Amino acid sequence: MSIEEIKELINNHLPEMVREVIQNTTPTTLIVDPSRIVELCAFLRTNKSLYFDSLSCLTALDNGPESGTMEVVYTLYSIPYDYKLNIRCEIDRNLPQIPSVANVWRTADWHEREAFDLFGINFLNHPDLRRILLPTDWEGFPLLKDYSQQEKYHGITVKY
Amino acid sequence: MANQIQYIYSEAHLRNSEATKYREKDLKTGEMIINIGPQHPSTHGVLRLEVVTDGEMIVDVVPHLGYLHRCFEKHTESLAYNQIIPYVDRMDYLAAMNSEHAYAMGVERMLGIEKEIPKRVEYIRVLVAELNRLASHFVAIGTYGMDIGAMTSFFWMMRDREHILRLLEWVCGARMLYNYIWVGGLYYDLPIGFEERCREFINYLEPKVREMDKLLIENKIFVERTANVGVLPLDVAINYGITGPILRGSGLKFDLRKVDGYSVYPEIDFDVPVGKGEMGTKGDCWDRTYVRMQECYQSIRIVSQCLDQLQGDHKRTRDFDPKAMVPKKIRPKAQDLYVRAENPKGELGYYFRADGRSDQPFRCKVRAPSFVNLSVISEIAKGGLIADLIAIIGSIDLVLGEVDR
Repeated sequence: MSIEEIKELINNHLPEMVREVIQNTTPTTLIVDPSRIVELCAFLRTNKSLYFDSLSCLTALDNGPESGTMEVVYTLYSIPYDYKLNIRCEIDRNLPQIPSVANVWRTADWHEREAFDLFGINFLNHPDLRRILLPTDWEGFPLLKDYSQQEKYHGITVKY
Repeated sequence: MANQIQYIYSEAHLRNSEATKYREKDLKTGEMIINIGPQHPSTHGVLRLEVVTDGEMIVDVVPHLGYLHRCFEKHTESLAYNQIIPYVDRMDYLAAMNSEHAYAMGVERMLGIEKEIPKRVEYIRVLVAELNRLASHFVAIGTYGMDIGAMTSFFWMMRDREHILRLLEWVCGARMLYNYIWVGGLYYDLPIGFEERCREFINYLEPKVREMDKLLIENKIFVERTANVGVLPLDVAINYGITGPILRGSGLKFDLRKVDGYSVYPEIDFDVPVGKGEMGTKGDCWDRTYVRMQECYQSIRIVSQCLDQLQGDHKRTRDFDPKAMVPKKIRPKAQDLYVRAENPKGELGYYFRADGRSDQPFRCKVRAPSFVNLSVISEIAKGGLIADLIAIIGSIDLVLGEVDR
């Protein structure tokens, strides 16, 4: 199934969901409406002709303070049909939040915790949103482009 | 400076950084929190498990990670593409060649030179990657045996792994962290005489693996200890994003070497073993270990076919330069790329974003197989015994360098 057909199929079921198709990515990316991401993911997972049953990767990106946006990219893979697809959501950098898809794919649970940990993106309705890699009392979100390290952590000099 | 106390103890610090999910007031009558790790030998590294138990039964398992966190992804933002390779080694340190292979493949795909890499280079890459896969599976099987009480398996597997490490040391000078596969080529060609020695080793190895198979996998005690323990049904496995031997242990014939057919794998003949539930239920700890053991035979087959090619059609020539295709400046066009490859632990993925202006990635996210595979532990350990938890951790085959990155 080509990307245009997938776009058509999504837009037929969920009107005005796909905003744009981006071709210079591998796999091809659809830019979608972040507020309805759970609806879309549930559709992609259960639709008989797509059946995206596995979420390979969930990537968060920070475009920097000038641009004012962050992105969440869902890399999907359909094991029965061997389809690959990227779903990209652009969210506001000053209020980074997006609904959690952990109820659609359970693997999203830890991926989202990692994105929360390193980017500070708030995944709404996440079952257990705690820091995962960093200590609970770490200050700041390291993968933000304007991150600056804290001077001391429990009396240990952080900067080397 | 030397005598200065680095860590200032304060009660508040301890409270702030306390990361147990459960508190005493959340527990029901008769429940208790047991902390396993981070220094426990059977957690295979610095993994801490908060186990809520009711007597011997496990009510919940909460893994706490991050003791080995280096924020690889932050490092990549200030390094050139070719300088990232040594960092990639240090993620899955038991199978560094496989990680390098996936990384180099991703960057080559972004540059559009993937198809132009000489065949000899590709065969050498597959050869060393499969040798490393053998080494990684040997550690997995050996330490798994030791976790549940068999000492011999560990010694025997370590003995054979040592041969592999020495072969790889001969190839590139390092035992574990190689920096051998470069973007566009290799650091060096194989040393002279390597093919012969490697074939000799493969001939030696196959009976040894068979011996191990008989000694451990078919052993009654081992079967009793692992069959019907930690059963992972296939639908749960897919929903949790599980890949690699664990997914195949649950019965799905899914191997990225076959599915994606990257590098020269389509030209090589090998099978994909799956768990069938011979000793118990499909997807139990025994099946996972069985799949790893069977994969060792397949890796041996792949290595021997690579050697055929390297001594036959793609023989060493005097003017062959493995660095000929290595780009002087790596600056991919603006694009996103998700590349994935079959690591011994599962699907290793890199998500790159290149902005087209610099020779450093704008973002390089790693989808680490161990990280994703670990997330299923609470699901499969719930309702079991504490003693089985150790069997389950071992069967997942974690490398904490990759979980924490």
